[in-house]
Amino acid sequence: MSGTTEHPMVRFEGVTKRYGALTVLDDLNLEIKRGEKVAIIGPSGSGKTTVLRMLMTLERIDGGVIWVDGEPMTHMQKNGQMVPAEPKHLRRVRSKIGMVFQHFNLFPHMTALANCTEAPVTVLGLSRREAEERAADLLNLVGLADKKGHYPAQLSGGQQQRVAIARALAMRPKVMLFDEVTSALDPELCGEVLQVIRKLGSEHDLTMLMVTHQMGFAKEFADRVCFFYQGKICEQGVPKELFVAPKNERTQQFLRAVLEAV
Amino acid sequence: MIWDWNYTLEILPILAKASIVTIEATLLSFVIALILGLILALLRMGGPVVGWLASAFVELVRSTPLLIQIFFLFFVLPRAGIVLDAFAAGVIALSLHYGCYCSEVYRAGLEAVPRGQWEACTALNLSSWNTFKNIILPQAIPPIVPALGNYLVALFKDTPLLSAIAVLELVQTAKMLGSENFRYTEPMTVVGLTFLVLSLVSAAGIRWLEQRLNRRSVR
Repeated sequence: MSGTTEHPMVRFEGVTKRYGALTVLDDLNLEIKRGEKVAIIGPSGSGKTTVLRMLMTLERIDGGVIWVDGEPMTHMQKNGQMVPAEPKHLRRVRSKIGMVFQHFNLFPHMTALANCTEAPVTVLGLSRREAEERAADLLNLVGLADKKGHYPAQLSGGQQQRVAIARALAMRPKVMLFDEVTSALDPELCGEVLQVIRKLGSEHDLTMLMVTHQMGFAKEFADRVCFFYQGKICEQGVPKELFVAPKNERTQQFLRAVLEAV
Repeated sequence: MIWDWNYTLEILPILAKASIVTIEATLLSFVIALILGLILALLRMGGPVVGWLASAFVELVRSTPLLIQIFFLFFVLPRAGIVLDAFAAGVIALSLHYGCYCSEVYRAGLEAVPRGQWEACTALNLSSWNTFKNIILPQAIPPIVPALGNYLVALFKDTPLLSAIAVLELVQTAKMLGSENFRYTEPMTVVGLTFLVLSLVSAAGIRWLEQRLNRRSVR
């Protein structure tokens, strides 16, 4: 089914998210092409993390439809009608998406290797040996081949985050979500994580969506940057244009504030 | 003479046999309480109706004396056609009572597992069962082992309440020996010491388990 038609890899169609009276995302429309690298920037509270969390099904949406790889994820066809997705449908479509979190969320009671084999064995049904080979390859890719037997507590923040990236990749997702993945790290550890993401950008035909405060990295890495403000995409474009000559006043203000802080 | 060694030696085998009943009741009740407690904790985290019912049950059991519960199971249920022998009624009462206490402990343990762990499981598409069994429980249990262990010892020390429905456990046996021979000093002392020794042994066992678990899950 995939590959024949040129559907976007991810499509937000009029998506709305509310927390009580507060509208976090308001009628969001966003399309992301296969293999595209999109950076999401914006002030805190602008709804940028919510975009990723909704796509990972960690948050329920209050309106609209999210499409993944040409089919609705939050909804499903039933008797010719679009109805909210049942768990089984959600699980199937969700398998195309992987996520890396700000606080890593590694399983503390498992070694780096076991963190990476748990889901491939129990969800994908890989044999332990296959899963371990796959995990070893990925830990190698993120530069942690020698840390297989280490527990998360024995690793630095940067190393933990790289294990988390390997763990997500072990499920072979088509879309990878990065939610402020360097925000919890000491500055000198950010580089090694960004280096891994850079490598993924070139080595894999992955669609990548990242919320980041690393403007330098977004500028160099992303195909497109979306600036979120008060639950809406305020401005988007190729990094060169958006960072160098932002048109919107809010974008200008935000970038000025962020760049001054560096 | 205050202490009769011949009499002591005479009653020791009888009390040893009774101590087996006490230990059996303790272990059986505790295992059921551990399982029941986990189920109750999960129900309480479940839907609103089920959660409320489970909470109400826990409150009911925790707010009434164990002795009343034992009497209820043994003397009142037969009126409804449910006849239990004394040992079974005792074990069920102890299991229910301590299961409710354990459910509180489990709840604390489960709530202490960070939200991010559940979210990582969703992101990795783990089933609810695997999430729970492989990720959440192994993190929730080690910190609550000491608290669960306390309930093991408490349950053990509550087994004498079964003497009230004539289960031939340690205290009931000691009482009978005492009244048969008009000497209570020896049987009651032996029984007291047995409780002391077994309590200390289980406390040590729990500490050992705690240390082993801590060593395994490096945090």
